[in-house]
Amino acid sequence: MLRSKISNLLRIFFANWVDSLLVPLLAVVTAVVVGGLVILAVGGNPFAAYIGLFQGAFGTPKAISETAVWATPYIFAGLAVALAFKGGLFNIGAEGQLALGAVIASLVGYALPDWLGFDLPAIIHVPLAIGLGALGGALWASIPGALKAYTGGHEVINTIMMNYIALNMTSYLLNGPMKDPNPQNVIARTPEIAVTARIPPLFDGFRVHWGVVLALLAAWLVWFLLWKTTLGFEIRTVGANPDAAKYAGINVKRTIILTMAFSGFLAGLAGTIEVTGLNYRHELGFSIGYGFDAIAIALLGKTHPLGVVLASILFGAMRNGATRMQFLTQIPVDVISVIQALILLFVAADAIIRYVYRIRSRGERVVLTRGWGG
Amino acid sequence: MDWKRFGFILIIIAVLFGAVVLVGSVKQHPIIIIASMLATTIGVATPLTLGALSGIFCERSGVVNIGIEGMMLTAAFFGWLGAIYMNTILGVSPLPSLLIGVVIAILSSVLMSLLHAVLSITFKVDQIIGGTVINILAVGITGFLNRQLFFEKGSIFGGNVPHAPGTLPIIHIPVQEGIQAICNATGNSEGCQIVANALGKLFDQQPIAITAIVLVIVTHFVLFKTRWGLRTRAVGEHPRAADTLGISVERMRYWNVLIGGLMAGLAGAYFTLESVPSFEPIMTNGRGFISLAAMIFGNWTPFGAWAASLVFGAAQALQINMQVFRDVIPANLAFLQNSYVVGLTPYILTMIILTGIIGKTIPPAADGQPYEK
Repeated sequence: MLRSKISNLLRIFFANWVDSLLVPLLAVVTAVVVGGLVILAVGGNPFAAYIGLFQGAFGTPKAISETAVWATPYIFAGLAVALAFKGGLFNIGAEGQLALGAVIASLVGYALPDWLGFDLPAIIHVPLAIGLGALGGALWASIPGALKAYTGGHEVINTIMMNYIALNMTSYLLNGPMKDPNPQNVIARTPEIAVTARIPPLFDGFRVHWGVVLALLAAWLVWFLLWKTTLGFEIRTVGANPDAAKYAGINVKRTIILTMAFSGFLAGLAGTIEVTGLNYRHELGFSIGYGFDAIAIALLGKTHPLGVVLASILFGAMRNGATRMQFLTQIPVDVISVIQALILLFVAADAIIRYVYRIRSRGERVVLTRGWGG
Repeated sequence: MDWKRFGFILIIIAVLFGAVVLVGSVKQHPIIIIASMLATTIGVATPLTLGALSGIFCERSGVVNIGIEGMMLTAAFFGWLGAIYMNTILGVSPLPSLLIGVVIAILSSVLMSLLHAVLSITFKVDQIIGGTVINILAVGITGFLNRQLFFEKGSIFGGNVPHAPGTLPIIHIPVQEGIQAICNATGNSEGCQIVANALGKLFDQQPIAITAIVLVIVTHFVLFKTRWGLRTRAVGEHPRAADTLGISVERMRYWNVLIGGLMAGLAGAYFTLESVPSFEPIMTNGRGFISLAAMIFGNWTPFGAWAASLVFGAAQALQINMQVFRDVIPANLAFLQNSYVVGLTPYILTMIILTGIIGKTIPPAADGQPYEK
């Protein structure tokens, strides 16, 4: 009796372990091997490349700090996409939401003291910059959410369109009204934000800042929201089966809009934290590519907050280590994008991994997205 | 044919053109403005039309393809690479180099679409995620190879970007000569001369632009007038019924996704072999996504998607011309001077269309669903 209970427990644990840890791990390993073959094919030495990559990512305290710096926005943006996935929504618009958050955070950061005529204490200024920026992202994302809820317009196309609108808007603002008036400045960027709006570094002499702690906190909060609150249950139910959710009395429209708003809030945070913690200004083009990286991270992390954190560290380490790899082996940093795409390929198509390594499927298919929905 | 939708789209294009003519007519003859706008419109619409046709083939057979962007980018890079390789390394003359480039572009895109087909049809991976994989993979591969082949010392091109063999030549259709003959016969008035010049310029198009328009008609015919088209649509609407009647759902879907890859490849070739003779990382810049919007905008029909692509082209023409005429824009329309504001038009239009304001867009019923026997 007891033994069967234990074996049952083990099986549940084991099955989960296989699905949520082993398969992604094997996907990463396979991608690294295939990536090595790609490096070999262009005449590089894959071992030297990977050693350089690892050294660059974790070799020194400074390298670890930089990896954390890279991972911070990835965690926020990855959580944004993962949360939307849980609600059955595909948010390709993280990039636009992120840019909008960054623009608002820098505006609050550099202009608010001037408007008020006095300096705010950091304890008010920092949360204000972060909060308003994130709210901007939330509002931006809730537009496609509302369109989805009330008209059925598909969020994939709408969030992509909103990306272009956000990009046009930020180009306009950063080249025009919000452009750094410093006569030496020739690029599209905002002025530096006030000292009172900056997140302090974690350690003296390193660039890693308290934003990384906020990111981990956000991951825990997302987990808490999804699995410990009624709203989280509603989000997951709508994501799993909107019809069932409707018959269970859940307000599906409201849940869709809220899910997108939360998602946009997190994406907005990714932008605001970069502005207040790292760059101290928003510069055009810094956010390019975050949206797609965030999708890859959310999928690699199996849309679970803890998985997202781990995937973000992996991606951050790769991006950070790539510079040293290129320095040591002359292999272009872009090879990282190839490896990341391969990781995503093997994670998304875990059927390939299961086939290669002969891992049996549990037979249930997790539905992440559903066509155009009409 | 969905006349209401078609008419609505034509009205949008007319409004966009009308705005430019109203503003610019103090500086230029309206016919010249319209002809130059039409030329821009067709140019911009070419990759969008082909991308939308790619989407139509895939989705009519029941496979969602958001990887068109990545397929275009792959094709743009490999087509360019192939043309340059032929021209500078093998010493082939420019025109055959370019044509081989087009073939390579199409092949590389078809290979990507094969990956999409394997993922979404054989492995039954979530199709939107399969497409995302292709998009990310394309950015990685093209960015990596671009740097490795052209900017690293010791690579085949010796560390510098080689001279490109130019772009595909204009195919001259003798419209100008025809009208000129009429002009000469009727006393050669100034107005007639303007028409001759404007139309002559308009009909001087490059081969991919012309092919795109031909393919719209061909796609319409194939989809709605042939057995192949009927089977494709059957597989996309009700795969089980099609299966019962002995149609292989998997095979139909495979072929249609590959044909989609062919179209996207031609669209990609447009960027580096017809539009400009160079490659930039991420140069497709979202055009694949816009063609998806055009496909939905046109309700999954070839002519509808073409008209929708023309709307995006017209919006771009509006943006360019507003810069040309910026000094004669009246003060109360000053916002038109701002290219960022004007640049928003197609995106906002798309979102409005998607709300179903001109009738609901109806995707194929089995679009995006893997078929399980």
